[in-house]
Amino acid sequence: MSQQTHRLSQGGRIDRGREIRFTFNGREYTGYAGDTLASALLANGVSVIGRSFKYHRPRGLVGAGPEEPNAIVQVGLGGQTRPDQRATQVELFDGLVASTSARLGFDPMGLNNTFSRMLPAGFYYKTFKWPAKSWPSYEKRIRQAAGLGYSPTEPDTDRYDHMNAHCDVLVVGGGPAGLAAALRAGRAGARVMLVDENAEFGGSLLAERDAQANAIDDRSPHDWIAASVAELSAMQEVRVMTRTTAFGNYDHNFIGLMEDKADYRGGPGAGEVRHRLWRVRAQRVVLATGALERPLVFGNNDRPGIMTASAVSTYLNRYGVAPGWRTVVFTNNDSAYQTALDLKAAGRDVAAIVDIRTNPTGALADAAREAGIPIHDSSAIIKARGSRRVKSVQIAQVKYGQLAEEGDTIACDVVATSGGWSPVVHLHCHIGSKPQWDDEAACFLPGPDNPGQSSAGSVTGAFSLRKALSQGFEQGGAAVAELGFEPTAGAAPSAPAPGTVMPIQPFWIAPTGKPLSRGPKQFVDYQNDTTAADIALAVREGYESVEHVKRYTAMGFGTDQGKLGNINGMAILASLLDQSIPETGTTTFRPAYTPVSFGSVAGRTADHLFDPERKTAMHDWHVQHGALFENVGQWKRPWYYPKDDESMQAALDRECRSTRNGAGVLDASTLGKIEVHGPDANRFLDMIYTGGRRKMKTGTCRYGLMLHEDGMIFDDGVTAKLDENHYYLTTTTGGAAGVLNWLEQWHQTEWPDMDVFFTFVTDQWATVAVNGPKSREILQALCDDIDFDREAFAFMTFREGTVAGVAARVFRISFTGELAFEINVDANYGRHVWEAVMAAGAPHGITPYGTETMHILRAEKGFIVAGQDTDGAVTPMDMGMHWAIGKKKDDFIGMRSLSRADIVGEGRKQYVGLVPTDGSIVLPEGSQLVNDPEAALPMPMVGHVSSSYHSDTLGHSFALAVVEDGRSRHGETVYSPQVDGSVIAATITDPVFYDREGARQNV
Amino acid sequence: MKNRYSIFSLARNALSHHENWDRAWRSPEPKSEYDVIIIGAGGHGLATAYYLAKEHGITNVAVVEKGWLGGGNTARNTTIVRSNYLYDESAHLFEKSLKLWEGLSRELNYNVMFSQRGVYNLAHTLQEERDAKRRINANRLNGIDSEWVDARQIKAEVPYIDTSSNARYPILGGSLQRRAGTARHDGVAWGYARAADAAGVDIIENCEVTNILRDGGTVTGVETTRGTIRARKVGIVVAGNSGVLAEMAGFRLPVESHPLQALVSEPVKPILDTVIMSNAVHGYVSQSDKGELVIGAGIDAFNGYGQRGSFNIIEETIAAIKEMFPIFSRMRMLRHWGGIVDTTPDATPIIGKTPVDNLFINCGWGTGGFKATPGSGWVFAHTLATGEPHWINAPFSLDRYTTGYLVDEHGAAGVAH
Amino acid sequence: MFQIDCPWCGPRDQQEFAYAGEAAIKRPENPASLSDAEWADYLFMRTNPRGRHHEQWRHVHGCGQFFDVVRDTVTYRIESVDVPGRPALGDAS
Repeated sequence: MSQQTHRLSQGGRIDRGREIRFTFNGREYTGYAGDTLASALLANGVSVIGRSFKYHRPRGLVGAGPEEPNAIVQVGLGGQTRPDQRATQVELFDGLVASTSARLGFDPMGLNNTFSRMLPAGFYYKTFKWPAKSWPSYEKRIRQAAGLGYSPTEPDTDRYDHMNAHCDVLVVGGGPAGLAAALRAGRAGARVMLVDENAEFGGSLLAERDAQANAIDDRSPHDWIAASVAELSAMQEVRVMTRTTAFGNYDHNFIGLMEDKADYRGGPGAGEVRHRLWRVRAQRVVLATGALERPLVFGNNDRPGIMTASAVSTYLNRYGVAPGWRTVVFTNNDSAYQTALDLKAAGRDVAAIVDIRTNPTGALADAAREAGIPIHDSSAIIKARGSRRVKSVQIAQVKYGQLAEEGDTIACDVVATSGGWSPVVHLHCHIGSKPQWDDEAACFLPGPDNPGQSSAGSVTGAFSLRKALSQGFEQGGAAVAELGFEPTAGAAPSAPAPGTVMPIQPFWIAPTGKPLSRGPKQFVDYQNDTTAADIALAVREGYESVEHVKRYTAMGFGTDQGKLGNINGMAILASLLDQSIPETGTTTFRPAYTPVSFGSVAGRTADHLFDPERKTAMHDWHVQHGALFENVGQWKRPWYYPKDDESMQAALDRECRSTRNGAGVLDASTLGKIEVHGPDANRFLDMIYTGGRRKMKTGTCRYGLMLHEDGMIFDDGVTAKLDENHYYLTTTTGGAAGVLNWLEQWHQTEWPDMDVFFTFVTDQWATVAVNGPKSREILQALCDDIDFDREAFAFMTFREGTVAGVAARVFRISFTGELAFEINVDANYGRHVWEAVMAAGAPHGITPYGTETMHILRAEKGFIVAGQDTDGAVTPMDMGMHWAIGKKKDDFIGMRSLSRADIVGEGRKQYVGLVPTDGSIVLPEGSQLVNDPEAALPMPMVGHVSSSYHSDTLGHSFALAVVEDGRSRHGETVYSPQVDGSVIAATITDPVFYDREGARQNV
Repeated sequence: MKNRYSIFSLARNALSHHENWDRAWRSPEPKSEYDVIIIGAGGHGLATAYYLAKEHGITNVAVVEKGWLGGGNTARNTTIVRSNYLYDESAHLFEKSLKLWEGLSRELNYNVMFSQRGVYNLAHTLQEERDAKRRINANRLNGIDSEWVDARQIKAEVPYIDTSSNARYPILGGSLQRRAGTARHDGVAWGYARAADAAGVDIIENCEVTNILRDGGTVTGVETTRGTIRARKVGIVVAGNSGVLAEMAGFRLPVESHPLQALVSEPVKPILDTVIMSNAVHGYVSQSDKGELVIGAGIDAFNGYGQRGSFNIIEETIAAIKEMFPIFSRMRMLRHWGGIVDTTPDATPIIGKTPVDNLFINCGWGTGGFKATPGSGWVFAHTLATGEPHWINAPFSLDRYTTGYLVDEHGAAGVAH
Repeated sequence: MFQIDCPWCGPRDQQEFAYAGEAAIKRPENPASLSDAEWADYLFMRTNPRGRHHEQWRHVHGCGQFFDVVRDTVTYRIESVDVPGRPALGDAS
């Protein structure tokens, strides 16, 4: 076990009483509670944590937060593994196992670095084209080399959920500005949510020394944080959440948060949730998202030990870890001086401060001088030396951005750099706002506020603590005031006035005295190995837009999404193009701010809850009787009921035979059912259906087709006239919701003057469809208050009565061509009536049948199934259903479209029957039909098979199809070439195969 | 002559520190007049310019672009290329395109990384199975490779997909087009731009068309933010802005613009070697060469030009991906974004004449535009050059909405592209 | 994700609503009298503006009512919500 050689003897917000064991790349280490994996590795002196993507250069930590590009690790094993985790955001827990996919020792792919000249930006566009057949193998090698971690290969057993929340004010970011905003808003009594991605609140304060010199309201910073959080937590209407990242800002103040509820402690316990996705609708949002420090770009700036200054301070002050013994600070602004002072305070050497500015002045510079730190002004580090660890840096005098004079080489094991601060404008920009460049602060700031949103703290460029606190307080107050709350009086939390500050001097790349193409590698995007030379190459080749550069060089495409390097890259691009940074612009900020687990985005929408299952009242009976089910929309419908080891075809034959010869019963409850009431119901339905509805008599039923306004069939069903001004319609199973919407839309938006309304009753009724010559006898046995006599209860009429003791509507309609009755009862009695029908039918051999037999029986009769025999591009005429169009109607929806040139012309595909020449062959559904199977490809096709079955009744196979001009081709032969090379010949026939006169349903 | 790209030129240029590469395309000032102006330097517009030069010898051509070339849907799609469409008209168009894809890297001397890794369109219901088989049969008779694979075969080739029968919508099988796959989206635009530029075409970025000039019923040029440019013929190829341009020219389109969203995961080592698409479960996924899972979502129903959609669509899509690939639950979404797709009532593009003489339009690709890039450019170049559509794009006329000759690919294409 | 102020139910999440296309497309009084081109214009042609758009939504998982919305198709900001022919009950903001 390794020692924590780099741990300071005191300080930090870690709990030294709780030692934590963890494993990295197979080796055991210890850290403390409160560490991240990154701080613990650093404490153990591990400096190489990964290798770069393209050149395989050794890499160490650069940052301490979400900007970290290098320390990307795999955490956990087996089904619990999670790839591509930033070590800086992985909290340490006992037993943590982490690894990198990169080889940290000798890496043969490190040769890529040696031959890196062959791998400039976009090299893959220029090569691998030849020989053409070899691209798959090139590609395979490229793919193997790419990718960071490993996807799990076992299903995830963890649970995730969603929480919807509303609040008055959502404060994003719990640093000084966010805390101040939340305090002000909370004190006014508003419903406030305060969220922070970190394990604890405090933001930038956690990276600073907890010194009285930084006191807020006379408390030390850490005490102030604790007091503020305590005050907020005690407020009833306030919710404070750590480990919760606002990852996306969406329209109308909808914010997505992801809360880690378990990863930080090694995973969820039984019944616990791993991640929770919060869907927050906030009246006001205060973005206090802070700022991220930019590194400076110089030669070999990727060597392990080279970090941002704020990361060095964070490791020192928050985690009690010193990244090394002797640091060179390289900066263009004041803030890194604080890091130098922090290092001194921790007893570490600061070899030099290298400042690009001339004669740095101000409070921090003075303090550094006082502490005896040598300051090299007007200077830059031009390159670093060392491979697995920085060993020294070469500095030089810089004038007007050019190398003036090479200076000393300074030995060091840490370089802390600061190129200034980039406000985290990501959330502000997610909804289309553009950030605005500020010359003075040398950074992009949020543009004008989005409606209902404001920003506070360093995200606005307010980099001093005092300003951040007052701005937060102000924005918290403004947010609640706009909502009608009375902000409490009192002053903002006060911090000491900052000392004199020397302005930042923008500086984007250190000159090396050589062209970019010939100097040492100067990395802009570490993870993608994008260098300044790559940007220069892109520009040389004409890829000048910032988006082209991003895409050509892969800059900003890594898992840090350019948080660390993009601004440097854009600025370097701007200077290469000799234009300003605002002219160059940024790439678009897209959610997610930091990555969000798929599991949490899906939430509970998984497994059996992926989509609700709808089941009929008789469902359990079907299960008990061995039914296999078919998914139709969300419904589970019995498909067929195999007995013992019966084949599917044998089961279908049996079900068909029984129905044609005795009785069969179908659960038809899933058909959509809509009641239509009102004095204008018939006028309305007359417009909706192709057929006339005005002259329907009460007690009768009619088949109807609905068209879209383009004339194409979209649904069909039966209309029953229950009473004057009262109709009942059925729809297809899958089309029910769509039909209701259709009716409502026409009524509400086109004919609101019509007095009619619709009630969706699909779930209220169970439907038992008894079919077959014995169906009358069965009904008679169950019902004594309806006269089932042929004349008294005619075909296409309905009666109300009592079936098996239950009030019922009985429709004499038939989808099989047999004598048939559909019994509709309150769904609560569905199973009772079904069982009564089964019992009453037993003497007649009643047989339950499912959708497949239903399809065979209806197809034998030529009845269509909308959506199977029609595909959204067929008219009633195509289907030979002229009879369904009201002769005397002058308008209905879709009617006008039926007279367009290409609808009435020749060559339309028309509905026909097919009988295969070899009646033992069932034409596969979906077969295409041709006139000449010998024709060359592309072979002209004249139609296709929509339904096809073996018919026990007919004794041979048959099919339904559409064929070009098919109605005039009855008796002719068409051919169907099959995938296996065979050709099935079939004769075109009328689509009605059985009982063409309709005698059997009329008995 | 420009640098030719090859491993040898790469090596040669490495010796000179890559300081001698030419620009991939020039940045010319617009001339006052061209034979043809193409509005829109996306993949389709650039391909049109390239084929105008290559196939028709017309090189006095400007491609004007309001932003940066390849910056619209070319830059925002999920890069799927396939041709297994149901209807003959679509099949011929997309197959023409696929054939061009197959030789494109060499033809353009630019690696567009067309990766024929196969595309599966899954069937989860019996009706989807019927539809898939109908499409497969039609594809084969149209000379397009297409096959039915059952759930067992799918599992064998895509080991981490959930083909269990107790899934909410079990996978019954699917269609597979082995010649289909993915390509590098930006590379396609850049490759065409470079080749068109080499042929003499002026590609003019940051040049927004503000008006379409007409004399009587005939187009005479365009007004732009960089001045007036005359032309004998003008082609509009501006996915996401078609209606705006049509309005400038005084006609209406049966087009509505919607957000279409997509997302990528963080990159991981190879885990998925093909493209999986599903309509019933509503999502599609492949893995990029960088290792990201590239996932396509559904279209947002509302009209929108904001290049962003509704978060619930992202939720539904990821739930669908998790349903098909339960192993991906612990992967993380790195970035999601939206493009703008121009949809037509029959889910089929419009490529041809407009009510204005010598003004032509190519639009309405919905979610299917990327895969069509070469073929679309090829037929549109023919249309611009000859003034008449090629037989392949003749069915895709604007007047089909009047006559009723619609090529309704809704059933065949749905959302999944 | 939008928040839409249903004129009957108040502000609700977009997921409760279904988009129903461009508003105020009046079905011709007498379709038979139209030419094919005029009919096609009604049937298929849409304004599809980049900017202010008059559109319909239905509170499908709520009151079921259709209503009109004026929304910017670029910023997605909702300018007003209205019931055609009736004054809005909600605050049309």
